[in-house]
Amino acid sequence: MNYLSFKQAIRTSIKALLTNKVRSFLTMLGIVIGVASVIIIMSLGAGAQSLILGQVQSIGSNVVSITPGKSDESGPPTSVLGIVVTSLNLDDLKSIEKAKDAIGVDSAVAYVDGNGTLTYKNNSYDASLEGVTEDYLEVEGGNLSAGRFFTEEEINNISKVVILGSNVKQELFSDSDAIGKRIKIKKQVFEVIGVFEERGQVAFQNYDDKVLLPIKTMQKVLVGIDYVNVISFKTNEAFEVDSVISEVENILRDNHNIKDQTGASDDFSVRSITELLDLISSVTDALKYFLALMASLSLIVGGIGIMNIMLISVNERTREIGVRKALGASNKNIISQFLIESIFLTSIGGFIGIILGIMISWLLSVIITTLGYDWVFIVSFWSIFMAVVVSGLIGLIFGIYPAKKASKLEPVEALNYE
Amino acid sequence: MLIKIQNLKKEYISDNVVTKVLHGVSFNIDQGEFVSIMGPSGSGKSTLMHILGLLDRSSSGLYEFAGQNVNELNDNQLASFRNEKIGFVFQSFNLLPKTSVLDNVILPLTYSNNRKNMSERAKKVLDSVGLGHRLHFFTNQISGGEKQRVAIARALVNNPSVILADEPTGNLDSKSGIQIMEILQKLNEMGNTIILVTHETFTAEHAKRIIKIKDGLIISDEPVIKQRVAQEGVLLK
Repeated sequence: MNYLSFKQAIRTSIKALLTNKVRSFLTMLGIVIGVASVIIIMSLGAGAQSLILGQVQSIGSNVVSITPGKSDESGPPTSVLGIVVTSLNLDDLKSIEKAKDAIGVDSAVAYVDGNGTLTYKNNSYDASLEGVTEDYLEVEGGNLSAGRFFTEEEINNISKVVILGSNVKQELFSDSDAIGKRIKIKKQVFEVIGVFEERGQVAFQNYDDKVLLPIKTMQKVLVGIDYVNVISFKTNEAFEVDSVISEVENILRDNHNIKDQTGASDDFSVRSITELLDLISSVTDALKYFLALMASLSLIVGGIGIMNIMLISVNERTREIGVRKALGASNKNIISQFLIESIFLTSIGGFIGIILGIMISWLLSVIITTLGYDWVFIVSFWSIFMAVVVSGLIGLIFGIYPAKKASKLEPVEALNYE
Repeated sequence: MLIKIQNLKKEYISDNVVTKVLHGVSFNIDQGEFVSIMGPSGSGKSTLMHILGLLDRSSSGLYEFAGQNVNELNDNQLASFRNEKIGFVFQSFNLLPKTSVLDNVILPLTYSNNRKNMSERAKKVLDSVGLGHRLHFFTNQISGGEKQRVAIARALVNNPSVILADEPTGNLDSKSGIQIMEILQKLNEMGNTIILVTHETFTAEHAKRIIKIKDGLIISDEPVIKQRVAQEGVLLK
């Protein structure tokens, strides 16, 4: 088919589509919605992904965490799956701290997590409790707006002291001073010795809602365990993160009497933030594409709508097809006429869908930003490209059958069709 | 010889019942003739006209068009044969609805190999049938007589070897009918070959030769002794 007859076919198609404006529009709507939802989901997915990665990145790239339980190279650590593993303890932290200058660890901290309700006079507040060791600030950062952090002695003495996140302090004490005040957690009395400056969200934890306690106090008084949930350490910048990790792994294997140096028998897993980022990206990617796939199902439904309407159109225009054939249209001419019509329909639908999708994604990004998240509006070239290709393909695939049907009509029968 | 038909048969098979429509017809038509094919309904004249127009295939027998045995042509070749060599005029006009007069006449050109100056060529033919002032009217905005003149323009636009008119006056009032017959006669005077299918003797007598067909067989094939001349004002019947 050359340019001129292509142009003619396009003109014919536009004319046919304009003849049934409402029908064309409704048919297109399926594609519009499908394409728009794919674009929106891809955009929201990309935005959420960058939000998550940004949060994790804010921890710092030289922070490494050790979680109890073995894990696959790419899978999540066992502890994340909700299985309690008790293989990490404070001795592990001690061993790492002892060797820290030699192996390139800057500082290390152990964590025990929990929840509890804090009460002060008539005020109470649910906060996440975190038992930590004395080098917490060196690893995690953060500043106190009042008071001080607890000392190693206070940890060893199982002192009942707490440091409040700014939000917790505000809820319990509002603007009055909190230092030296006594609060209750699970019927035990604690003294407030420090208050954090506002820190906001980092890696999905609201630091301002946290309450820090000496780790042994947390273990013995509030939870009743002798293991720790996580050990984190910061590597010395002069050392390669990977080599520090393998040194730490060796120390832990020594501690746990693991002879196997390959890592296959490890009862812990060591992950740097970089590895964690890769893991999170692969999980969020999978989620994003899964959702996009779900959205593209609506495109298939739209495609079936197109096929349905094209079949009706072929039926209605049987006589026209007969006339065209009598006047010399070949089967190819008829096929291309109906195919161009359906591709045109889906392409226009796709185009409108892209515009609509981008507009809605942008609107959502504005709303999410207003809600206080650090949201980035992302519409990737790929999602647009895919939308264009897919909507065109749908026109082609779902248009072929009706077009073939039209072309196979016998001229006499088509002409005599009532 | 433009058309050579020998022992042409056509039968339809549906539900294992064979219906014979043409029992073996033979005739020739030369370049420049004006032939009426006449017969009552059910005689097989429509089937014959469809086969002559390459819209349908015969079951057996020979059909040569300009020396070409059309039974040897495939669907695509038939399509371009129809496009280049045959101009159709139908009883029910068969114009595209919601489409301008001009675009209707351009339509056959878009399927041809010569797509130069389509618009100019179509306008010229429309002028010759007296519709130069209706170019951009839609086909549902013009009268029946005008519609049939558009159809004639459409049939002529590709300079066909033969014009096949199937009851062209059947849906028209007598005045418009006479106009159409006048145009067909003029076209014949200019050298065009015309085959007219009709059941009316009066209309058939505008041709120079009448082939009468009944029950699928030719019952007579004679020249018209006194050809009627269509002129406006001549009253029908």
